[in-house]
Amino acid sequence: MTVVSAGTAEGGQELLSRSELTAKELLREVGSVLRMSETEAALLAEVETEAPEDQTMIINMGPQHPSTHGVLRLMLELQGETVLRCKPIIGYLHTGMEKTGEALTYMQGGTNVTRMDYLSPLNNELVFSMAVEKLLGIDGDIPERAVWMRMLLSELNRMSSHLLFLATNGMDLGAVSMMLYGWREREDVLRFFQKVTGLRMNHNFIRPGGLAADLPAGWRDDVLAILEGLPSRLEEYDILMTGQPIWRERLQGVGVITAQEAIALGATGPILRSTGVAWDLRRDMPYLHYDELEFDVIVGQYGDAYDRYSIRFNEIRESMRIVYQVLERMPSGDFRIQNKKVTPPPRARIDESMEALIHHFKIFTEGFKVPEGEVYVAIESPRGEIGCYIVSDGSSNPYRMHVRAPSFVNIQTMPHMMRGGLVADAVAVISSVDPVLGEVDR
Amino acid sequence: MSDSADTVENAVETQHGCPVQDSLGQRVLHASREQYVSVIKALADEGYEMCVDLTGVDYLEMPHRTIRFGIQPERFEVVVNLLSLSQRKRVRLRVQVPAADATLPTLFDVHPGTEAHERETFDMFGIVFTGHPDMTRILMPEDWDGHPLRKDYSQGSIPVQFKGANS
Repeated sequence: MTVVSAGTAEGGQELLSRSELTAKELLREVGSVLRMSETEAALLAEVETEAPEDQTMIINMGPQHPSTHGVLRLMLELQGETVLRCKPIIGYLHTGMEKTGEALTYMQGGTNVTRMDYLSPLNNELVFSMAVEKLLGIDGDIPERAVWMRMLLSELNRMSSHLLFLATNGMDLGAVSMMLYGWREREDVLRFFQKVTGLRMNHNFIRPGGLAADLPAGWRDDVLAILEGLPSRLEEYDILMTGQPIWRERLQGVGVITAQEAIALGATGPILRSTGVAWDLRRDMPYLHYDELEFDVIVGQYGDAYDRYSIRFNEIRESMRIVYQVLERMPSGDFRIQNKKVTPPPRARIDESMEALIHHFKIFTEGFKVPEGEVYVAIESPRGEIGCYIVSDGSSNPYRMHVRAPSFVNIQTMPHMMRGGLVADAVAVISSVDPVLGEVDR
Repeated sequence: MSDSADTVENAVETQHGCPVQDSLGQRVLHASREQYVSVIKALADEGYEMCVDLTGVDYLEMPHRTIRFGIQPERFEVVVNLLSLSQRKRVRLRVQVPAADATLPTLFDVHPGTEAHERETFDMFGIVFTGHPDMTRILMPEDWDGHPLRKDYSQGSIPVQFKGANS
């Protein structure tokens, strides 16, 4: 393998061939550093090195492979059909969004972060807005209606994201009809988003201080229509997939990861919960008003692809439970904070007041200034903990805006899930990790 | 508290020898480079079993910033977010890294999950994590020049750097 070096000497990112492999590298790749004892690790390494180089082959899976969910490239070392080693190579979708975030004002930042995890854009906006609000010191003053609207949108987004997971998981494993059903159900939710925000995706609707607009007339009926239509269809999918022997055979015992490994690798969300660790930020470190709601944290037991599938499936039902409670308790009132510093004046005021016009112009061209400080805010996205770390230097742009993307971290679990499995199961593993490459590469 | 009294020795609270600061209600420890790994290890033993995030900040454009406790500000800062699942707590560690010697020991042996984060921080800031098993770029192409998230790496005026492309 040629290592390209033009001015830099970091070396290649590719999986090294077996002859170039050092013991330490192998140790890292087989994951034996996961707090195993030295002897255990040595045993693992011995089994691995038994494969002579002429019997193994390194192949690229991706970046253009339909089951890699975008542009993920996996280098797999195979011996026959068995995966010996795996290395995910990422960066194909890197567009410097964190750098872009430094050039955009806090007003504009939402348009940037919403494009990271494009399957749960509202959660990205939410975490960014919450971080900015914390820096501004207005996180306790957000009107009640805005908080409940945020929860409504966040849960609906979780549903749409998990429905898409069901679709892609079905597609990857050959249940093509599930793909169509999943996309269809998701589209119902997206249609509601379009009605509320104007866009199916990349909404920029949750903004620092509240939301961009109030819910449109008839929103309650639209949400109820989604909630009432879904249960019978979910039951259909249960029959189509969950109880079906082929589906179970395909997923059970595939891509197993232990709780210890998941914690050591920083995996969160359904991956961590599939190992039996009941960790959900909505319950364990509540934000918004999740502490006032009743819902269950779905936990698996075996840490395999089947558990991760079931967790996401049942989380749709839990999200529906939450949405029903939100519908019941949705208060009236403002949908954004009435703080002239961050809130643009209402459209009607601009026609009659010069000051309002100037204020409107200033806030959209210059943005608002945020006091110096640094803050890390995390929420539970459909994929795990999404965090936003912002450093402010007192100007109207973030000095540094970092997003802790759950998929970026979760992808690291893949080599451990795939090791020793079949190459056909690699597809099931990628699918069950459910990475969104837009957020992996940012 | 006056500036002269704001030293590590006078910090109201310390944990594992690091002064504790409250940043908007969040717990922040300031560790020196020498303390860094041992403090993370001690915190891991204390129940902070997961390292959720590790990233860098380039403070080049804020040269006159002050850090409390009389800590000498440096150009780079590495920020580590730790999480305790059992105690439902978070703590953040901030470490100053000078530009002249932008290195820091790796956390790989304590939290293997920082592997990708450290590679990303190296890729974006050029901070080298010594002892890291695979200190290569992760998001940028391997033949890329420069570290994009540095403040002196300008936006928008970069010649095309891809292999074989006409620049």
